[in-house]
Amino acid sequence: MTNDLTQALQTEVTEALANKQTLAIVGGNSKRFLKPAKTDKTLHLTQHTGILDYEPCELYITARTGTPLQTIETLLAQHHQMLGSEPPHFSLGLNKATLGGAIACGFSGSRRPFSGSLRDHVLGVKILNGQGQVMRFGGQVMKNVAGFDVSRLMVGARGTLGVLLEVTLKVMPKPPAEITLRIECSLPDTPLLMAKFGRMSLPLSAMAWLEGAIFIRLQGSEVVILDAQRKVGGDVIVNSPQFWLELREQTHPFFRSDQPLWRLSVPPATQLYLPNNEVFIDWSGGLRWWNTNKSAEEVNQMIHQVAGHASLFRDAHAVTGAQPPLDLMPLHQQLKKSFDPHGILNPGILGVPY
Amino acid sequence: MALSKTTRDCLTKRLKKILPKEALLHKTETMQPFECDALSAYRSLPALVCLPDTIEQVQAIMRICYELQVPVVPRGAGTGLSGGALPDNDGVLLVLSKLNHILEIDNQNFCARIEPGVRNLALSDATRPFGLYYAPDPSSQFACTLGGNVAENSGGVHCLKYGLTVHNVLGLKVVTVEGNLLTLGGKTLDSPGYDLLALLCGSEGLLGVVVEITVKLLPCPEYTKVILAAFDDVAKAGLAVSHIIAAGIIPAGLEMMDQVVIKAVEDFVHADFPKVAQAIVLCEMDGNPLEVAEQVEQVEKIMLDSGAIEIRTAKDEVERTLFWKSRKSAFTALGRISPDYYCMDGTIPRRHLPIVLARIKELSKEFDLTVANVFHAGDGNLHPLILYDINYEGELEKVECLGQRILELCVSVGGTITGEHGVGIEKLNGMCMQFETLELNQFLNIKAAFDPHKLLNPGKALPTLHRCAEFGAMHVHQGQLTFPELERF
Repeated sequence: MTNDLTQALQTEVTEALANKQTLAIVGGNSKRFLKPAKTDKTLHLTQHTGILDYEPCELYITARTGTPLQTIETLLAQHHQMLGSEPPHFSLGLNKATLGGAIACGFSGSRRPFSGSLRDHVLGVKILNGQGQVMRFGGQVMKNVAGFDVSRLMVGARGTLGVLLEVTLKVMPKPPAEITLRIECSLPDTPLLMAKFGRMSLPLSAMAWLEGAIFIRLQGSEVVILDAQRKVGGDVIVNSPQFWLELREQTHPFFRSDQPLWRLSVPPATQLYLPNNEVFIDWSGGLRWWNTNKSAEEVNQMIHQVAGHASLFRDAHAVTGAQPPLDLMPLHQQLKKSFDPHGILNPGILGVPY
Repeated sequence: MALSKTTRDCLTKRLKKILPKEALLHKTETMQPFECDALSAYRSLPALVCLPDTIEQVQAIMRICYELQVPVVPRGAGTGLSGGALPDNDGVLLVLSKLNHILEIDNQNFCARIEPGVRNLALSDATRPFGLYYAPDPSSQFACTLGGNVAENSGGVHCLKYGLTVHNVLGLKVVTVEGNLLTLGGKTLDSPGYDLLALLCGSEGLLGVVVEITVKLLPCPEYTKVILAAFDDVAKAGLAVSHIIAAGIIPAGLEMMDQVVIKAVEDFVHADFPKVAQAIVLCEMDGNPLEVAEQVEQVEKIMLDSGAIEIRTAKDEVERTLFWKSRKSAFTALGRISPDYYCMDGTIPRRHLPIVLARIKELSKEFDLTVANVFHAGDGNLHPLILYDINYEGELEKVECLGQRILELCVSVGGTITGEHGVGIEKLNGMCMQFETLELNQFLNIKAAFDPHKLLNPGKALPTLHRCAEFGAMHVHQGQLTFPELERF
């Protein structure tokens, strides 16, 4: 399966530039709950597909960005490997989420605190900047300090700095076994208990809290898991993979609330006195999903007090997503200009003026 | 642009007003210790040396320099190997070693807030009572500062499993070229907007001055075990490394050395390696004792199946230290058999190791120079050392030419010119080799977004588009590194 649209995409960008048109960059549209840029034209990436290089024992995979995330994950699973950060698809079963979309949005799943973020696993990119120039940064090796780290800068930039064409990701071995333990714990006691588990030498790969209990995922060999289970206690839940999938993909009943869903990124041990039934904690406490009707002002004020940041994630209408702090805005603007001097790529969507 | 006497006088006068007497050096004899970093072949005296001990002082220095358009070169402990902290003749050398306080150890959020002058090892020493440590461990960790680690995106022996500096930094406070204080990230696991942390890590002091760092801490591993395996063929050793990774094992450390190194080390540490050994692989596992025990068993089998002629598993901490000594003393040992050596820092995709080593051997014959290879095998970071004697006329030029060929080789198999030592002043030509004009231009534009007047560490890390002529690598004459007592690589 190969389908290299590099030239066609380059032509589209060059033409848009000449005609002073703006471009929205769209992959599988699985994250359309995030408001797209209002633009003159759309640049479609879903046909730009293909796995270009995959060497299991080298621990990396290179693919074109229109490649479905599912295709990549299936291939990795065949070789007992996985994406270390478990990026969400938000379109499970529909096979829509693309590699490029995942990188542009930069979301990581429950494994984040233990094996790093999606950004951490990016080794190299090929991009098309706002001047229609094709450039390569990084590569396929873990250690590379030549030049600025443009590859990782692309993660979460939501296409405002360049059209992602190819990405190389570090991959990880998939642990042979997993179980999830459920331990009763009140919301106020959760940060302390999670920190305690974090200090023990356990094969942890996720810690969450929901409805009065901590959920601890242990992954590794059978022997190691059994030993850890003895140390942790609690009850083994029936379908471990399903639980974490529903959290990652937001298909768990918790996410069916009518209230707006807020995403709170806070120091993991933060005590936040939120109503028990409105919160789902992920990332060992570092990420909290909150169903609430509170005003943006109230939420932001509360989260700023604990040195975190909040963004409205799902609402009746598409949301803007997290915005950079005001004092960093001039730098964002300058960086945007350095890649896209005419502001034609996904203008405005990160809140960066152009 | 040379600094005029008027500007120099004005600069001194204004800095004197904001800095205590001992924090400002301007006499040649007091500035001499700062004239180079660990790449001591390059030396230059700055116009002034500033040693601030508060963030406010750093900001004030930057404001004055910005106003007078004076270049600023930040420096930590000066252990860098690529000349990144080489002073600018017409600029201020901003030494951050006095900003050396650990501000907070947060054992609930698994992080620490520190000033940039804190030494890498001092941090782990301070956090160990909490059962926590800071993972990246460059070999110079006894002396190098965390500010320098951020600037160089330092690695270490354990970065295959635990990542580089960029993977272990959660937040930074940065003073911009204009003297403004910016906060990037913090104790959260992500932050909105562009990933400026990624950009700052490894930026070699070109984008801002790091004045505070929040780093991730990890629980200390409960158990560690190391295996040493000898092979009669480098290709077999390379294969063993690939098989270990393919088996789903991520060792904490995976190192390899070739026959030239083995011989030198044997004479030095008397480890009694098999005489026919062409390569030695060291593999360290850490973590849960049960897990480590399982992995040790697996790795031993893989080594044997791949053709290891001898395997030793360290029985205790003493033996473990001895095994590592054989690896860590490699450079010192080579320094004893050759008056000079020249160290490269390329990284290659691991699978190309046999080809690359074979090609290096051919080149070595072609140039009639011995090349020794030590290799962070797990992550593909290769350190070929060209042995030579600078007293022979034309030898250095020959060495540089061979060095260039080796770097070209690394780039040609999809690798990079520098895995961990940085570009600094020594690999500017290599940058031209690795990147096209478009990419180099993009780097320069990023630089301009932070520092449009090119005042921060000018002339380092990024070649101008005109200047792709220079080439260099680490020159070591008679083992004369700065800090010769430090373990390297």
